Amino acid sequence: MLYFTILRISIAERLAYRVDFALGTLMRFLPIVTQIFLWDAIFRGMTSGPGPIAGYNYHDLIAYYLLTMVSRAFSSMPGLASSIARDIRDGTIKKYLLQPVDMLSFVLMSRLAHKLVYYGVATGPFALVFWICRGYFSGWPDAWTMLAFIASLLMSFLLGFFLEATLGMIGFWFLEVSSLLFVYMLVSFFFSGQMFPLDMMPSYWPTVLKLIPLQYMAYFPAAVFLQKVTGPQLAWGLAAEAFWVVFFYLSARTMFHYGVRRYSAYGG
Amino acid sequence: MGLTAAYFRVFLTFARNSLVRDMTFRGNFIIDSITSMAWMLLNLIFYLLIFHYTDFIGANTAENPGWGRYEFFAFFATSLVINALLQAFFMTNVDELTDLIRTGGLDFILLKPIDTQFLISLRRVEWSSLSNLALGLVLLGYSFVHLAYIPEVVQVVLYVLYVICGVAIYYSLMIALASSTVWMGRNQTLYDFWFYITTFSRYPMEIYTGPWGQPLRSFFTFIIPVLVVVNVPARMLVRLLEKQNWPLAGFTILAAAASVAASRWVFQLALANYRSASS
Repeated sequence: MLYFTILRISIAERLAYRVDFALGTLMRFLPIVTQIFLWDAIFRGMTSGPGPIAGYNYHDLIAYYLLTMVSRAFSSMPGLASSIARDIRDGTIKKYLLQPVDMLSFVLMSRLAHKLVYYGVATGPFALVFWICRGYFSGWPDAWTMLAFIASLLMSFLLGFFLEATLGMIGFWFLEVSSLLFVYMLVSFFFSGQMFPLDMMPSYWPTVLKLIPLQYMAYFPAAVFLQKVTGPQLAWGLAAEAFWVVFFYLSARTMFHYGVRRYSAYGG
Repeated sequence: MGLTAAYFRVFLTFARNSLVRDMTFRGNFIIDSITSMAWMLLNLIFYLLIFHYTDFIGANTAENPGWGRYEFFAFFATSLVINALLQAFFMTNVDELTDLIRTGGLDFILLKPIDTQFLISLRRVEWSSLSNLALGLVLLGYSFVHLAYIPEVVQVVLYVLYVICGVAIYYSLMIALASSTVWMGRNQTLYDFWFYITTFSRYPMEIYTGPWGQPLRSFFTFIIPVLVVVNVPARMLVRLLEKQNWPLAGFTILAAAASVAASRWVFQLALANYRSASS
């Protein structure tokens, strides 16, 4: 009940900025326009005729970029790690220690509210863009694939949340984590598959990159939808994603537990 | 003439002060340099991957050659050089303008006996951003070694000229957007908008073809001229001095001059409409 109230308040808070939200969402699709023309030029530039790149033809690639936008709508947690680190640094975090609320659950609820409002506002722009770009898709996948897709998205939300929360908790040990977070942002942009499908990497790289959890933040859900991952591979992928969710949940909990012990409440 | 010299001396003082400040926090300076290069290196890996699968960006025909690997790297290097110059001299300063307008800090700058736009635009030099300039120049050299091609002196002179034009166009767009904070109050979205608009200038303009591409190409060439920023200097250097480039080259000079004039006008208008906040 308590956490439901937190959720409700956060939703009201978020709704105040809905116009900014909707505009921002549409704008985020602008780079896709460049991608559409870039990849067209890349396929036209093949002297031996346009052949698929790592199993992706032109339409697959554009569909892939559009789908990673969906993945990111679930897994991205803008400002989460830095706000946790800031709360630790300036002492705001002690309100969680004084009040009978659990910090991780509180932040999770406000993020959930943030996301729910975001989906409410962003579904319109997303539907519009996907409808315009429907030619890049070869129809809806079957029900099981859809189910796996949705499961991978929901878990990517949890994974993104607990992974960023873990990073933010590093603030208990180091005062300044902004450089670290910037490096994380760079690495994750590249290795999550937002820049290109991970299958494009040469030799053993795709195998290595699919072992680390970042692929679930963008690549995996998109690949599931496009049926690039099927059968036992899909089952293993989902199981591994669930494992990483639990892993980062435990790590965030553990770090909070030990972090609070060495915390000395700076600030007023 | 004396005035120009005086402004130049002021600028040198800004540059020196910034350098002293950067060298005081040396560790931070090194981290900043590395991270700004890291981002570009990741982009370079992406382009390497692309050329692992294709030979050209854009169909390679006799009258319309596509961009081969090293030609495109020279293009990307040009983009690095222009962005590094922009970041080193203008980006941080213009970014601060929005805060100055919102908080009323602009009052203190208006009081100074110096041109306000000059003072706002060049107060701080971000020396660490020049690491990308170095990266760009190295990549440019590397591309030319592989192209086995030495540009003529004329081309190098024109390249420098058009890089300056490119920086001028970007700068104008940025300061005009930042100035509009006066009317909008808050413009985070507007600043994102700048980032999204400039993504269109990251690739050779030939990629924009077809019924949708052509209008887009015209729009970003003639209305908001971001497409000429990197394309024209890169073409000057890589593509020799083809006759068909001359109209575009002439237009770029005009576009740069017009952009600077227009942004100056917007800036002055913004100052006239500025009402100090909070005091």
